[in-house]
Amino acid sequence: MGFYFAQLLTGLANASSLFLIACGLSIIFGVTRIVNFAHGSLYMLGAYIAYTLVTTIHAGPFGFWASVLLSAAAVALVGAVIEILILRRIYRAPELFQLVATFGVLLIIQDATLAIWGAEDLLGPRAPGLDRAVRIFGEPIPEYDLALIVIGPVVLGLITLVFRKTRWGVLVRAATQDREMVGALGVNQRWLFTSAFMLGAFLAGLGGALQVPRESVSLLMDLSVIGEAFVVVVIGGMGSVGGAFVAAIIISVLNAFGVLVFPQISLILPFLVMAIVLVVRPYGLFGSPASAHGAPPVPEAPMRPLNQAGIVAMTLVVVAFAALPVVDDGFILVLAVDLFVAVLFAASLHLIMGVGGMVSFGHAAYFGLGAYAAALAVKTLGLPMLPAMLFGPLAAALGAAVFGWFCVRLSGVYLAMLTLAAAQILWGVTFQWQSVTGGDDGILGVWPASWASREVYFYLALAVTVVGLALIRRIANSPFGYTLRGGRDSPTRAEAIGIDLKAHQWLGFIIAGALAGVAGVLFAFAKGSVFPETLAIGHSIDALIMVLLGGVQSLLGPLFGATAFVLIEDWVTRLDYWRFIFGAIILLICIAAPDGIAGGLSRLWRLVRPGTPRSGRPA
Amino acid sequence: MADDLLAVSGLNTYYGGAHILSDVAFAIGGNEVVALLGRNGAGKSTTIKSVMGLVRPRSGSVVYQGEEIAGDEPYRVCRRGIGYVPEERRVFSELTVEENLEVGRRPPRADASEWTPERLYALFPNLAERRRHPAGRMSGGEQQMLTIARTLMGNPRLVLLDEPSEGIAPLIVEQMAMVIKELKREGLAVLISEQNLHFARIVSDRAVIIEKGAVRFTGTFADLDANPDIAQATLAL
Ligand SMILES: Nc1ncnc2c1ncn2[C@@H]1O[C@H](COP(=O)(O)OP(=O)(O)OP(=O)(O)O)[C@@H](O)[C@H]1O
Ligand SMILES: [Mg+2]
Repeated sequence: MGFYFAQLLTGLANASSLFLIACGLSIIFGVTRIVNFAHGSLYMLGAYIAYTLVTTIHAGPFGFWASVLLSAAAVALVGAVIEILILRRIYRAPELFQLVATFGVLLIIQDATLAIWGAEDLLGPRAPGLDRAVRIFGEPIPEYDLALIVIGPVVLGLITLVFRKTRWGVLVRAATQDREMVGALGVNQRWLFTSAFMLGAFLAGLGGALQVPRESVSLLMDLSVIGEAFVVVVIGGMGSVGGAFVAAIIISVLNAFGVLVFPQISLILPFLVMAIVLVVRPYGLFGSPASAHGAPPVPEAPMRPLNQAGIVAMTLVVVAFAALPVVDDGFILVLAVDLFVAVLFAASLHLIMGVGGMVSFGHAAYFGLGAYAAALAVKTLGLPMLPAMLFGPLAAALGAAVFGWFCVRLSGVYLAMLTLAAAQILWGVTFQWQSVTGGDDGILGVWPASWASREVYFYLALAVTVVGLALIRRIANSPFGYTLRGGRDSPTRAEAIGIDLKAHQWLGFIIAGALAGVAGVLFAFAKGSVFPETLAIGHSIDALIMVLLGGVQSLLGPLFGATAFVLIEDWVTRLDYWRFIFGAIILLICIAAPDGIAGGLSRLWRLVRPGTPRSGRPA
Repeated sequence: MADDLLAVSGLNTYYGGAHILSDVAFAIGGNEVVALLGRNGAGKSTTIKSVMGLVRPRSGSVVYQGEEIAGDEPYRVCRRGIGYVPEERRVFSELTVEENLEVGRRPPRADASEWTPERLYALFPNLAERRRHPAGRMSGGEQQMLTIARTLMGNPRLVLLDEPSEGIAPLIVEQMAMVIKELKREGLAVLISEQNLHFARIVSDRAVIIEKGAVRFTGTFADLDANPDIAQATLAL
């Protein structure tokens, strides 16, 4: 009995921390519609700053709590800088483009933290005055946990008070519902956005600072927390503070008891709960349909079929690639195969995102399924390379069929989050299921057949990629593709004229998954091994960045985006502090070309050749 | 004219590639109620949004109190003294009536008496009873009143009313007409977009008729009655 009660208290203490982070994330999303991937970084920053303050000030309980608040305030200032210098410039960019920018910020904060505090984990002191344990039902409970259990509801109360009783709070709630209208009533949204972002950052910083007495401060804190924070925000309903509180308690308490029954569950439990909640309540517990979408969609410029010049240019590019083995036999060929894999992966994501209008935060799931299926076909079934390769797209399509069936029932950010949950669950299973997948050690020795020399494999990859891209183009310009686009632009109208939009979207999801699986297969044999990272969040984000950086709206986008990504990554990862440089490059592209590289290039093109038609867009 | 409060000329607005407004021009005097008439899809809302800065016109000029405001951001346009009442109502449904009014609150103008919640509750008695209710739970007519009251809280000099009579009960339409006349008495200027010629005639001084994004007629209702074929051709009667 005592033991279970202690477990419950641990869960509640964790819930308080999680609530602080998630509620900031939720407020930021509600007001600015930005999915802030850098939120975990703000949390980490709060912890590091608090560590420094607490270990230098030494002034008893007062010094400790002052340090905590100061750290949160410092993080709020960092938040203001991020919002004013970067995000403010790109609010008009297509939905989710800001997400790429926040990922750039995440990379920069990673390396800045590394430069300032070093790579070692730092262990802070216990909280003065709260450093002992009290016995409840005979079980020792850390006093600090009890303090946290109080802090969560207190913060919830304060925020609720501010939201109900101050003009600022009323404006924030109004903006969460209809930002444009708030602007038309004379409110300067810039100021509102900056202040909301600062509050969110403050709360993240507070969450991080409060964590110092509980765990060591490390560079892994940012990514370790961001997944769960998203889950909590989604379960609660995007933009709902009360929802975040309830969801944080559900997740943390379930986790505290879940690990007793099944220790491995903590990796996937939050995502499992989120998936279940979204299937039952498509907008989370307290969310509304309006909370699913960010900026209103920008009408797409009419598609122009590839003209003669375009076809010639594309053929030339392929021919140039085909000639590569003549000039080089080693390093460049390897890099080129990496490039093909990335291009195909990004293009398959473009198919569901650009054409289908379904944003996926978990596309790596299907890439990884493809890679693992092919690898297992070789290692366990003992199949030769070519037949084994077929297993990849099959497994990926099957996975996409299962998860996609649930995903297409949602929309906007909620759909994106369910794809993330699906990927995270698959990743968790792969990571834990040692006997089949090798767990963390992965599967080694997945080499191409002996007849496939480096050059032959290169040509195989080139051919598969070209065929894959041609297929995506065909699909995008087929009646099926037009139906998908119609559904993307006005789902209600598509349903009204009797189109079974969900069935179309489901099929689109499956095809895109299968193609990602093909990319995964090419990857597995190119590397000779498969690891759980192929399914991890980071890999899904890579694909998102390629597509968004390149430009969502045309197939050229992912081609440019993937190429830029692979080349920059290849160059930059050899440098010290490459994350910082990479992040800075991402931010530069975001600010210089808010319509993506493809859009930026075509704007340049129009500058050089005036007279080409320009499409207007509403302000 | 130099003493026009608002003068729009040569306004061209696009949605994507679609040319919606072509060379729209009209003017509103300092204490005038002008009706912007036209069928469904004629471009009334687009005209109002272009003035408000919610849609950026590609070319043309919008001069308010002698200053060019075309392309300004909506919040700046509002702060100059132009109030906007959208046709889809867009009340903040999770906020109470009181809180909705608070969102619209702006400092008073020097040359006019300030709108306070109390004055607005007197003008819209239904809202007074509901001040602590979430706006989303009210009837369509009550929500329409709330959007007008919310805009008045900004103490505007000119009010842009997009289809105030659309989809509400006849009794409330009458109340709406009364309110517009009250605004004129207060010295405000009003631009109302309307499909209902009868309602427009009761509340406004002049009519501007817009068809397929272009102005077809500008003048008094007497002028309009003298040329019955114009109304016949451009309005759904
Ligand atoms: N966001 C938009 N994107 C593309 N086209 C639009 C958009 N909004 C309006 N339109 C088109 O612009 C034209 C003018 O629309 P507008 O809303 O200004 O008409 P209206 O006169 O206000 O009509 P109603 O009486 O129906 O309100 C219509 O053909 C409409 O389909
Ligand atoms: Mg209209």
